[in-house]
Amino acid sequence: MQHSSGYIVGFAVAICLVCALVVAGSAVGLKDRQDANILLDRQKKVLTVAGLMKDGASLPREEIVETFESSILQKVIDLKTGTLNAEIDASGFDQQKAAKNPETSFVAPDNLSKVRRLPNNALVFDVIEDGKLKALILPIEGYGLWGTLYGYIALAPDARTIVGITFYSHKETPGLGGEVDNPRWKARWPGRLAFDDRGKPAIGVKKGLAGSIADDPYNVDGLSGATITSRGVTALVRFWLGENGFGPYLASYRAKAGV
Amino acid sequence: MADVTNREALIDPLFNNNPIALQVLGICSALAVTTKMSTALVMCAAVTAVTALSNVSISLLRNRIPNSIRIIVQLTIIASLVIVTDQVLKAFVYDIAKDLSVFVGLIITNCIVMGRAEAFAMQNRPGISFIDGLANGLGYSVVLMAVAFFRELIGSGSVFGVTILQTVNQGGWYVPNGLMLLAPAAFFLIGCFIWAVRTWKPEQIEEEFHIGALLKLSNEGHLR
Repeated sequence: MQHSSGYIVGFAVAICLVCALVVAGSAVGLKDRQDANILLDRQKKVLTVAGLMKDGASLPREEIVETFESSILQKVIDLKTGTLNAEIDASGFDQQKAAKNPETSFVAPDNLSKVRRLPNNALVFDVIEDGKLKALILPIEGYGLWGTLYGYIALAPDARTIVGITFYSHKETPGLGGEVDNPRWKARWPGRLAFDDRGKPAIGVKKGLAGSIADDPYNVDGLSGATITSRGVTALVRFWLGENGFGPYLASYRAKAGV
Repeated sequence: MADVTNREALIDPLFNNNPIALQVLGICSALAVTTKMSTALVMCAAVTAVTALSNVSISLLRNRIPNSIRIIVQLTIIASLVIVTDQVLKAFVYDIAKDLSVFVGLIITNCIVMGRAEAFAMQNRPGISFIDGLANGLGYSVVLMAVAFFRELIGSGSVFGVTILQTVNQGGWYVPNGLMLLAPAAFFLIGCFIWAVRTWKPEQIEEEFHIGALLKLSNEGHLR
């Protein structure tokens, strides 16, 4: 069956219009729900690293939101000075997006974690229980073997002892480097010290087994068969706790809290 | 291919004319999303929905689609349906949508969807096209779920996230086979599945694969 050129063009335009309407309609109509999901996802990760929620547990949405609102304080800080930036609304702030936008980021100094750009502002969290600060949560990211690992690290109010660590997104080999999200490995972190006596980031993943917390406070058990991932984790944790990462923020916190 | 009954259209693609096992289509996503059964299940639902809906829409338009741009029209419809599916997944099952990442979008390139649109929906009425799309999606699902079952059980010691074999890392006795979590394992399993189906239905062996049948159809003028 032959059609005239006019019919063909008209048909193509009509199909495009209808499809565009359907796609745009679904994107706009479902946007609120999707945004809520993304926010909920972030809240879940933060609650997990804060120890307020079990790893992999599925709680109802209301409970997560309620726990988050009652015990987590979100703050946007200036990464270079470490001071609070009150101009940006923390609940809508996306640090990863900010790090990609040239207007809200700067070129990172050379580092082992292959972090190319740093955001001007970073999103950190305070865990508050009964009106008292219980932990500081900082976002961390850096290169492992196959790709970038994204996660959070939580420090006790002394800004030195680690409370928890979690990686919510990574591309490491399942069963080897992928064990970074194994709860049993993550349980090796709490109690270890992030900084040495002189205040330099010292925590690292060792090759083989680390000693007890008292004997070997700066080392965590290595992941067998995943030397490069282990090195990557060491590098990224030290980078973000160091002077180019959250060093200024932690310094100003220490000065204020007197620790 | 014109006079098929509803029953045949529904049952055939499951084993007799399985899109993965016999036609060897849609392998890419079958490798990528089968490390966990829950993600595989959502992927199956998405592919089945897209195949069924694209078959219906294309069948409804089959007498109006100009022949010279029919592939583009099919692709536009399929792509729109896939984007809608992706949006729905992100809105309702966010965690699993995150695991599936780009593979939902890649349903567009899944040969099964377009293969059914071109080979079936362009010649048949909407009702039976819907059944055909549904059945081909289910045929894809049968293989995917079987592959995912073995990969998750042997690779992580669990089924649908429920621990069956307690792994050493969780303090149990089972040393998981890491190979099962890597893409090649899916190839081995699909190979075994094809072997099993062809042992059960030996008539599938002789057919010099489906290209031959397609060529025959096109020579006879069924496919334009």
